[in-house]
Amino acid sequence: MLIKAKKASDVRSSEITSKSVYQSRRRFLATAAIAGAGAAFGTIGPAMAAPVRGAKLANVHKSKWIQQALGEEVTEYGPITNYNNFYEFGTGKTDPAENSTKFKPRPWSLAVDGAVEKPGVYDLEDFLKPHQLEERVYRFRCVEAWSMVIPWVGIPLADVIKRLGPTGNAKYVAFETLHDPRRMPGQRRSVLQWPYREGLRMDEAMNALALLVVGLYGEVLPNQNGAPVRLMVPWKYGFKSIKSIVKMSFQAEQPPTSWNMSAAREYGFYSNVNPTVNHPRWSQAKERRIGDFLKRPTKMFNGYEEEVAHMYAGMDMRKNY
Amino acid sequence: MTRDDTIRKIAKPIVFAACLAPLTWIAWTAVTSGLGPTGPLGANPIEYINRYLGDWAIRFLLGALAITPVRSITGWNAVMRFRRMIGLFAFFYVCLHLSSYIGLDQFFDWTEIWRDIIKRNYITVGMVTFTLLVPLAATSTRAMVKRLGGKRWSRLHKLVYPAGILACLHFYMMRKGIQLEPIIYAAICAVLLGYRVAVAWRKKAQ
Repeated sequence: MLIKAKKASDVRSSEITSKSVYQSRRRFLATAAIAGAGAAFGTIGPAMAAPVRGAKLANVHKSKWIQQALGEEVTEYGPITNYNNFYEFGTGKTDPAENSTKFKPRPWSLAVDGAVEKPGVYDLEDFLKPHQLEERVYRFRCVEAWSMVIPWVGIPLADVIKRLGPTGNAKYVAFETLHDPRRMPGQRRSVLQWPYREGLRMDEAMNALALLVVGLYGEVLPNQNGAPVRLMVPWKYGFKSIKSIVKMSFQAEQPPTSWNMSAAREYGFYSNVNPTVNHPRWSQAKERRIGDFLKRPTKMFNGYEEEVAHMYAGMDMRKNY
Repeated sequence: MTRDDTIRKIAKPIVFAACLAPLTWIAWTAVTSGLGPTGPLGANPIEYINRYLGDWAIRFLLGALAITPVRSITGWNAVMRFRRMIGLFAFFYVCLHLSSYIGLDQFFDWTEIWRDIIKRNYITVGMVTFTLLVPLAATSTRAMVKRLGGKRWSRLHKLVYPAGILACLHFYMMRKGIQLEPIIYAAICAVLLGYRVAVAWRKKAQ
């Protein structure tokens, strides 16, 4: 055995390498080891590396939907932007963040047609210009029984609709996501029938909660969250809140919607958050708030009963799920 | 060292350790990084762990199903020495997958678990798969083979075929929409079982 006696003149390794440097080096090695092992098992890369954040949005007003009013902790930026269902960029939860980095959401045009006074193809900037941006902290409940609390920035959908002037024939508004497999690689496979389609009854679209979202955490909406413009209807399961919208149609008939077309028994047109009506694959009685260990009970209409329950009075929610 | 020694003393421990590597990795990552929403296991670590263990369970199950075809195609007889180990590791990962569903995902909410089993088809299918594998694991020892007799033992162990099919079905049903990954696993399973059907037909024809 080699025994090395320390001499007074010996330089300790800690004197050569500063503490902060070797500590960060160790942290790096630990991270690299985890990432390397993760990659070796065909699983993940280092999740949630420091995210590239969007530009700060100017002149965002506060609304009455603030975190304090909700009384629930806001989910961190990392999970909100790294745990997404956005099949246009892949079916894995981290796929949208990984596969949307090259997606350019500007310039963007939005087509408006159907039973409306001001149809046309609008440039998004012009479309948004007349409106005041506001921040709204909403609960978000996915049909897969997980949830978050998210600070969105957007404009009330009702204001937009009033400006466009729907005619008497407009009973529903249908939305479509961009269909461009070159820019949205997930569309190269037929996971769903593209383009993604969603719709609301007119009174739902006019509800004060319905928001056209262009931002998150006071910043420009990240691609994986549905840039440049998405819907947010917090009393419904997440898939109703269609992303990267290119078209709004006002019409008399109830529009076909993507998940309903894929599995009608599992996803209805209304898809209101309802703990008493179970999805065939997941119990909807409880949800896991991202960041929590234990599940929590799901609230009727995701806790927005007061604002929305009147729209469904007299309707059989078991039939109209 | 004889060839038998090499298998027993060197190859088997290496394969054993390799089969434990996925568990070691996930356990170590979970313990060192915790179950917070910003660690290496993503925003929903419980879901991540459960799916990860399920992935490995189905991989080992298909791995065990691959041994016989590999032997008869390549003539590499030594591979048979690893069949039991791979099969038992499949059962081991199935148990871990089920435990993480019960203990982490549902946190021992037995009412909810029971409702899941009877109401949610993919969970029903998963539970049936587990049930089919229990007698196979229980009769995996040499003593049990002797007690049952070779013929009855191998007839019983044919249960691994429906288990493989149901495992793939469980995976497919659990995903939303038409997704590629479960289809790949199902295709591998179809090839492995199809091979056996083809062999049986050829035997009959002779």
